[in-house]
Amino acid sequence: MSARILHIASNTFREAVRDRVLYNLIAFAVLMSGAAILVGQISINIERLVVINLGLTAISLFGIVIAIFIGIGLVSKEIDKRTLYTVLSRPVRRWEFIAGKFCGLGGTLVVNTICMAVGIFAALLYIWPHHLQASDTSILVALYFIILQFLIITALALLFSSFSSPLLSAIFAFALFVIGTFSEDLRGFAQMTHGAERWLATAAAYMVPNISALNVIAQVAHEQQIPGQLIVLNTAYALVYSFMALLGAVLIFERRNLK
Amino acid sequence: MKPSGRVTAVAATLLVLSMVSSVLLLQQVDKVRSNATLKEVLYISSPKTIKRLSLGYNSLMADIYWTRAVQYFGGKLHAGDRHYELLGPLLEITTGLDPKLLVAYEYGSNFLGAPPPLGAGDPQQAIQLIEFGIKNNPDQWHLYYDLGFVYYLELKDYQAAEKAFEAGSHTPNAHPFMKLMAGNMAQHAGEYEMARMLWTATYQSAYEKLIRANAAAHLRAITVDEDVLALNQIVARYRNEKGHLPQSFADLISAGLLRGVPQDPLGHSYKLAADGSIEVADPDSLPFIQHGLPPGYVPTQAVKLLPVE
Repeated sequence: MSARILHIASNTFREAVRDRVLYNLIAFAVLMSGAAILVGQISINIERLVVINLGLTAISLFGIVIAIFIGIGLVSKEIDKRTLYTVLSRPVRRWEFIAGKFCGLGGTLVVNTICMAVGIFAALLYIWPHHLQASDTSILVALYFIILQFLIITALALLFSSFSSPLLSAIFAFALFVIGTFSEDLRGFAQMTHGAERWLATAAAYMVPNISALNVIAQVAHEQQIPGQLIVLNTAYALVYSFMALLGAVLIFERRNLK
Repeated sequence: MKPSGRVTAVAATLLVLSMVSSVLLLQQVDKVRSNATLKEVLYISSPKTIKRLSLGYNSLMADIYWTRAVQYFGGKLHAGDRHYELLGPLLEITTGLDPKLLVAYEYGSNFLGAPPPLGAGDPQQAIQLIEFGIKNNPDQWHLYYDLGFVYYLELKDYQAAEKAFEAGSHTPNAHPFMKLMAGNMAQHAGEYEMARMLWTATYQSAYEKLIRANAAAHLRAITVDEDVLALNQIVARYRNEKGHLPQSFADLISAGLLRGVPQDPLGHSYKLAADGSIEVADPDSLPFIQHGLPPGYVPTQAVKLLPVE
């Protein structure tokens, strides 16, 4: 990775921290401690399940919201503030700018996720002191898949922000996330159609990100093992899909008239 | 005080007053619309729809619905209410969202199958719930046990209970009781013996205090019923031998029919009534007993379960 990309990434990270993005950790801490203390009193036998389900769901949703709302402003904010011209007047290529922004926001989300993961394990230790199980390591797999989701959504937010307004970019990115949770259903529906419609429906189903395959929260909560093959394939898929969206963003941004 | 300080103080006071007022007003609204919140939530009663709306986070939704089911059941139980109309749909949504949530089948079937006031008194719905659980978790012996439990205790269907216990005994890590219970069902062993075996297994395998307390109360009730029947036989024997009823337990002891004044499982002495019948001293602390109740005794609305620890 070039030094220029790293520099833009570290600046993006600093900017996110300055924008108080990490304040969501406070909300997460309140949520986790509340769940760990309260659920045992109002429900039966699901303390561990709630900590894992709520923790992973909150990490995923908080991260998706951050990825979308920060991601859509990564390019447009720089244009509005006219700082983009300063950056591009230096020996920085447009694709490096996009790649740096992606890495910076991705890094912010990874740090955020690591902090929240510590919160989940702390809550698990609170409800069941000294009893972290071997199967709890699969929580790390779910967290890894959540990070892969963030990479896809960040890349999509960047793609949309490279040609659209922030509001529309947010709508597009969120809509694709929602549709992505139904991607397996979409492919099922495509199978039911015939002829050209089938081709179009299948193509559309494959174009949306497969978010559902990256959601293993239920399996992890029930201590089911996640196959190694799924980890490898999901990693490859998320990287390829993110790369594809980033390429789209670069192609559009390269041709964009910034005058 | 500076003008800005005055504004802050007035605004802060008004804010607190508004918050208090809104809470008080909401409490009044709740009184007018009692139970409305839960009914509104169940406006979407299809597990599939809720699953779609949960955007893949259905396991968390299942936890929320399970908690609602527990709260609904607990609230009704505490109030002594005998109508549990929403319990079945809440459990259906819970297990539809997360078919692996074993706790919902195990305790849910108990809530649904037990007769009022301790449950909804709907064993058929309990059976449906457990069968759905077995379909999705065929290796869980607890579910077969729960199925046999409902067939035996609530429906007295020995054949179906035997089948359930037998099927469960072949699952991995099945409790040794399963094979034994299947055999007992086939032989139609004594009612009390089978009931004791079932409640003992429940007591030993449950972690939840309420379920253990319920099992302990049933085990105490079985002991009392057996004691009272045995003491009635002793009284009848005394009457045959002496030609009159005993005045007290001392008569039975001096006749060599008893070693001492008999006590119930809670340590209270049984009472010998003037008509020769045996009564428990504190029927409120011994729910589920069939024998030994004082004449005209009306059970309390809410069942009193003693803590197990």
